Amino acid sequence: MSKPTIIVVGNGMVGYKFCEKLVSKTSAFNIIVFGEEPRRAYDRVHLSEYFAGKSADDLSMSTASWYVDHHIQLHLDDPIQEIDRFNKTVHSLNGIALSYDYLILATGSSAFVPDIPGIEKEGVFVYRTIEDLDLIKAYAVNAKNAAVMGGGLLGLEAAKALIDLGIKETHVIEFAPRLMPRQIDGAGSAMLQSKLNKLGLSIHLNKTTDCIAGGNKVEALRFIDDTLLAVDMLVISAGIRPRDELAKLAGLQVGTRGGIIVNERMQTSDNSIFAIGECALYDNMIYGLVAPGYEMADVVVSQLTGNVKSFHGFDMSTKLKLIGVDVASFGDAFIAEPACRTIVFDDTHKGIYKRINISNDGKLLLGGILIGDADAYNMLLQTVNNKIALPPNPEDMILGSRGGEQSEGAGVMSLPDDVLICSCEAVTKGDICGVINDGATDLDTIKKCTKAGTGCGGCVPMVKDLIAGTMKANGQYIKNVICEHFDYSRQELYDLVKINELKNYDLVLDHFGKGDGCETCKPLVASILSSLWNDLIVKQDTIQDSNDRYLANIQKGGTYSVVPRIPGGEITPEKLITIGQVAQKYGLYTKITGGQRIDMFGAHVSDLPLIWEELIDAGFESGHAYGKALRTVKSCVGSTWCRFGLHDSVSFAIEIEERYKGLRSPHKLKGGVSGCIRECAEAQSKDFGIIATEKGWNLYICGNGGSKPQHAQLLAADIDGKTLIRYLDRFLMFYIKTADPLTRTATWLNKMDGGMSYLKNVVINDSLSIACQLEEEMQLLVDSFHCEWKEVVNNPDLRKRFTHFVNAPGEKDPSVKFEGMREQVKAIW
Amino acid sequence: MEIAIDIDWALACYADDVPENGGVCMKHGNEQIAIYNFSRRGEWYATQNLCPHKQQMSLSRGMIGSVGELCEPKVACPFHKKTFSLLSGECLSGDDYKIKTYPVKVIDGRVYVGIV
Repeated sequence: MSKPTIIVVGNGMVGYKFCEKLVSKTSAFNIIVFGEEPRRAYDRVHLSEYFAGKSADDLSMSTASWYVDHHIQLHLDDPIQEIDRFNKTVHSLNGIALSYDYLILATGSSAFVPDIPGIEKEGVFVYRTIEDLDLIKAYAVNAKNAAVMGGGLLGLEAAKALIDLGIKETHVIEFAPRLMPRQIDGAGSAMLQSKLNKLGLSIHLNKTTDCIAGGNKVEALRFIDDTLLAVDMLVISAGIRPRDELAKLAGLQVGTRGGIIVNERMQTSDNSIFAIGECALYDNMIYGLVAPGYEMADVVVSQLTGNVKSFHGFDMSTKLKLIGVDVASFGDAFIAEPACRTIVFDDTHKGIYKRINISNDGKLLLGGILIGDADAYNMLLQTVNNKIALPPNPEDMILGSRGGEQSEGAGVMSLPDDVLICSCEAVTKGDICGVINDGATDLDTIKKCTKAGTGCGGCVPMVKDLIAGTMKANGQYIKNVICEHFDYSRQELYDLVKINELKNYDLVLDHFGKGDGCETCKPLVASILSSLWNDLIVKQDTIQDSNDRYLANIQKGGTYSVVPRIPGGEITPEKLITIGQVAQKYGLYTKITGGQRIDMFGAHVSDLPLIWEELIDAGFESGHAYGKALRTVKSCVGSTWCRFGLHDSVSFAIEIEERYKGLRSPHKLKGGVSGCIRECAEAQSKDFGIIATEKGWNLYICGNGGSKPQHAQLLAADIDGKTLIRYLDRFLMFYIKTADPLTRTATWLNKMDGGMSYLKNVVINDSLSIACQLEEEMQLLVDSFHCEWKEVVNNPDLRKRFTHFVNAPGEKDPSVKFEGMREQVKAIW
Repeated sequence: MEIAIDIDWALACYADDVPENGGVCMKHGNEQIAIYNFSRRGEWYATQNLCPHKQQMSLSRGMIGSVGELCEPKVACPFHKKTFSLLSGECLSGDDYKIKTYPVKVIDGRVYVGIV
């Protein structure tokens, strides 16, 4: 007997999730999918990231082989045109006719386009698919200003996309008196609006568009209050409309305002046809979020595999980051006095607004809104959904406990077992704790066993709290250990390696570890060995991260980039010419980096020794851009040329970069030297920053850029160059010896008991009596510096390792391909 | 009774071409195969070179190691550190990917990969 056939109409997120859930449960069906779009299902929730640099492939929900691997027939670019319910057959645009036993409609929704005069003009777009985005992208090149119609969730996402595209002036037009009218209240909207204004968005509320003015192209929007707004393009994001036309044609029942009517089993008015996702109308409601869509998919999979599960509405609470601003709304966000009591925290200084609605008896949390800081969202949502009794001071829930006692993680541990922690994959606290009790104590294993945290990832912090809390409850000792192979912290292992004078990884593993090591402990031990003995890292190349193994940064497509050291950013014309010639010869893309040097991209692994041979001949050294090591010491022009400069910042930057070049550390290190307080070298955003004063130099430490920028703090003022270098020696060596792996100096300081005053005491007042030792250890590293590339270039055995194919050394990886862009190359992959 | 398995043993390289506890990439027709010299355990493994996560030809440049009580051998892709079992090819980082594995034998210092 042949397998029953399931045809899925629509290959969006929910259609894909249905297939994924079904094949994970059973192989009893023959599955065929028809999609209207030309590409496989992709993550529409994160669509705006397409403009922020993600490719269509990055957004894809599956790999190309996934459907093949699971024996699913996939027809893309071929929408179903007709359902013949009598013969249980579907007909596609390309003329495919197939019969089904069950039909799953996952046709999704389209953008709702209001009927406004002029809506057909050129320059008016919707924001829904990757194709829409490509059209917007092409048109935006010539647009100076643009408007988004609709200030809801999707509209603001679209506005963010326009900013990312470089549109100078972006407007958001909302018909309601506030932004995101379905999620947040007026005060929350005002806070969000002030944040968005700062980012360059102009918000227009209470605006109804009367017509779109212009010739063939949109030129302006005219509102019913007779005002006019000149725009070059318009993106419509005024809501969604369920795609129910196919269902309607087939005579299935649809709602008066659209949507395919389904029962709690997601069945349409035809028993063998189901509808899921944004096309389905359950209890007069369209669920325009992905989590309820996934839940619907799960309900149908349950029906088909003989289990009983039904859909009873879905919590529409949401948390998202809109243009960098946290926005969350949960439970009954809008209920107001006298039906409840509200607690509001409104901080216009930091841009934080929090509102919680509690029952009149003060016992239960009913709902709320968070803008600017939504860290408490998960806990608050669980408190609403599980009717957990509120603490005596409910304001603690949004303000944090101030003075009272509350243990870390106790919040999530107090939840009942049936609480949904991961709503994307429907995983409960009981599921997760069960796995932890069975011995899984790391996030990866838990993701694998339960799928929790594999969707939007929003629950990952709670899962981590659950791991810590459950282990603690079981009496297990939680220690900050490196990985399963070493029961030590980095600092402990550093001391052990030093005292026992161990010089290679295998010895360290034999003495203090177990098993065969992994990608966490290998580079960590490599870094410790370098910081202690400064031996040539390529001698133990297979314990290095790929970048350190090949002494170059691996890039998309598998080629490497090459960054020679240019100390202080000073370079002679001759050396510039060499870089140009080398890049030309080996077909490399060149770009000036943020650290005042030149990066050459697109080098085949086998070309690396050839490239470096030429660079070294011209007097260059490795820039260690690939290592957790000193990168650059950036400098301003300084007193030699600049009319404001107090001291020669370039010479000092070069001296310092030459001193610490090649220094391996727990994370990368960056420095800067500015010749006056105008601070053109941006030294205060570096791990160490030096600024000239009338009397000498000020030394700042522990700053960084990156995702959490932090200013460096003043360690010592008006000191001379010699003292400064002594302090730097001590500070850097103390950091190298005591920091956790992959911890920048800023984070290291933030975690340090006693903070800056403690560190000052260690470095300046020598409170630990280790200053001399730190200086000696640093001097040893400075004296043993070697250029790794010079060693490789001059060593035939080491050179041999830079090949792609072991059995065809001259041949390059054929999967590496380039295309042209602005007269240079970029990788295709 | 002898069971005959149709394996074509392709010569890849000399054993000392492959770094200790590391990998190299072999070209076999249009295929790229990663070969690992797990010298700490005296074992050899081979898998496809393509990491299925972002379609990068990279696994031969990854770090190898072990996981769990049973010390299951694994390789970590250098791009995003997705890890794969060298025995089963299954992804150990919680994704559904699976990579192809190949048998390896070393005779007289020569490394052969079995193409099934």
